[in-house]
Amino acid sequence: MESFEVTRKEQGNVMILYIKGYLDAHTAPMLEKELQGLVDEKKYNILVNFNELIYISSAGLGVFMGFIENIRNNKGDIKLSNMNSKIYRVFDLLGFPTLYDILEEEQEALKKFES
Amino acid sequence: MKKEKTKYKLKIPSKTDNLELIRSFVSNIAVKVGFDADETYKIELAVDEACANVVKHAYEQKHTDHQIDLVIELDVDKLVIIISDQGRGFDVKKILSKDMKEYLAEMRVGGLGIHLIKALMDDVEFISKPGASTQVKMTKYLMKNGKVEVVKKNE
Repeated sequence: MESFEVTRKEQGNVMILYIKGYLDAHTAPMLEKELQGLVDEKKYNILVNFNELIYISSAGLGVFMGFIENIRNNKGDIKLSNMNSKIYRVFDLLGFPTLYDILEEEQEALKKFES
Repeated sequence: MKKEKTKYKLKIPSKTDNLELIRSFVSNIAVKVGFDADETYKIELAVDEACANVVKHAYEQKHTDHQIDLVIELDVDKLVIIISDQGRGFDVKKILSKDMKEYLAEMRVGGLGIHLIKALMDDVEFISKPGASTQVKMTKYLMKNGKVEVVKKNE
């Protein structure tokens, strides 16, 4: 059974979400719920680490689209890191690299929140 | 006499938790006919997107007895996948004329799936009858080093 998991960690003023497994139209609501939780807590600096994500469809990308405007209006951001090349290609095909900071490593992404 | 194309069929309830099964059905066939991991991933994702659109848009959410019909036709040089539903249909021209950059600039959700399908497959055709049905026909050619490689027959 393919599954999806999301765990969170607070580091300074950044919330890091570690996503794992398969993110599709079935599992996207789980990520949506998690992001909604962060917004409700007024935590607007969000880093999503894709290191253990195996699969993503546009439903997963749509979740980020649904939150980014509100988060940026609150002076925060969603930054993305540690994507494998298969996952990155999906983001690239949909033109996301012009809209989101996509970094190779988590540390790099964390530094971006400081600047 | 012309040999009949090999066909694989799957009829499955239109529910998101079946997307995993659909992906595994399609990717197993793609590997079997000789697509490499990279092309198989593209086919799997394109089919996932088309089926997710059926679940999301084709039928009224309150009805749970609707089906997705998937037919995979194997030809000597290509794989043709036809995904059909008997749902509400949509205005194909309106959807396809949307520019992806416009969507993204407005930070809008939606339309991403169709854009991906077109980017991932070699040929894509949408036939939709509003109020009646939709059919998405997508083709991926078996190309190796720029040449069509004849599919090995298992007989």
